[in-house]
Amino acid sequence: MLSQDAAIETDAYEGNAAFPPLDPEYFASQLFWLAISFIVLYFLLSRFILPRIGGAIEERRDRIADDLDAAAQMRDQADETVKAYEKSLAEARARAQSVAAGAKAEADAEIAEAVREADARLDAQQAESETRIRAARDKALKEVRKIAAGAAAEISGRLAGLDVAPADAEKAVDAVRKG
Amino acid sequence: MADATNPIKQFEIHPIAELMVGGLNLSFTNSSYFMVVSVILVSGLLSLAMSKRALVPGRAQSVAELMYEFVAGMIRSTAGDDGLKFFPFVFTLFAFILMGNMLGMMPYFPAPDFHGFTFTSHLIVTVGLAMTVMTIVIGYGIWKNGFKFLKLFVPSGVPAPLYLIVTPIEIISFLSRPVSLSVRLFANMLAGHILLKVFAGFIVMLGAAGAGWAVVGVLPLFMVVALTALELLVAFLQAYVFAVLTCIYLSDALHPGHH
Repeated sequence: MLSQDAAIETDAYEGNAAFPPLDPEYFASQLFWLAISFIVLYFLLSRFILPRIGGAIEERRDRIADDLDAAAQMRDQADETVKAYEKSLAEARARAQSVAAGAKAEADAEIAEAVREADARLDAQQAESETRIRAARDKALKEVRKIAAGAAAEISGRLAGLDVAPADAEKAVDAVRKG
Repeated sequence: MADATNPIKQFEIHPIAELMVGGLNLSFTNSSYFMVVSVILVSGLLSLAMSKRALVPGRAQSVAELMYEFVAGMIRSTAGDDGLKFFPFVFTLFAFILMGNMLGMMPYFPAPDFHGFTFTSHLIVTVGLAMTVMTIVIGYGIWKNGFKFLKLFVPSGVPAPLYLIVTPIEIISFLSRPVSLSVRLFANMLAGHILLKVFAGFIVMLGAAGAGWAVVGVLPLFMVVALTALELLVAFLQAYVFAVLTCIYLSDALHPGHH
């Protein structure tokens, strides 16, 4: 292996006396073409290509900044809308509450009225019934007096042979009831 | 067989079109070919990626923008915002070296002789790039700061007697910059490609050595696969290191007083 390497090395130096990367034969040519290539590349890049890339980046940066501004504006608008919405919602809620309260008060008043009316009607009916009952009782009591007087007169006529006037009999009954 | 396993062969330069100007050999070679291909690929791919220029980028555009932001961030973090005036230069350096390194990772390439070539593995190329950087650093530093550029060698906040030691050190470190900048890239690419080729050569040699040895040839194959991954990392990393160091040196030219 070593001898082979050595052979290669001598091969390399047989054809060309100098080590190629350091061989001065083509120094001038390489510098010349390096200068041309470099200057052409510099010209192309600095004049056309780099401004194009830079422009694209700049444009995007501007666009992003603009979009961010627009987004911030929209967010502010949205915030305002939300605020307005919440405000109107609160108003609507307050109105609904007042309407409900009003309705409730009205209903309460109606109920109270109806209750009062019913009470009054019942009271009247009760009073009427009581007077009727009293009248019926008085009437019945009168009848009872008459019947008692009649019965008393008849009894006294049969037993004692007395003829008692109905008015006297009634007086006697009253006296007995009071006594 | 010797060519197939020769680790140096890949660095050879072949002229494609001879060109002699005033006694200088300026031939269009396979090295020049790869440089031109790099330029075409970098500008072509980036143009293609940005052809739609969509607000929501696709994959290609994302990569182009990522690269743009990557280099811009690199400059901003090392040289500050005023370093961005060198952005096209640093981006060109980074893209050119990166593409050159990556093209070098192709074992075969539609090129003359069909063998890959890494122009960054040639010292003269990296020296050329490093000297371009240093020329811009010194030229811009003097143009902008004038005499104050020399403050670079006299860092502030150092007790006076220490300047006798600090200043020579600063000068030496400044002078060694182009050397380290160019040699780092060159040596990394050279060593990596030699290593790849040596292990790849082992596979060929073991394969030719007979049935028993051919089985052992699986080992260097795994090594080559692992090294290829490593070299892809190195190819990117060295382009990045070159660009970052360029930014740091440019930062010295921009504000030489403090560093």
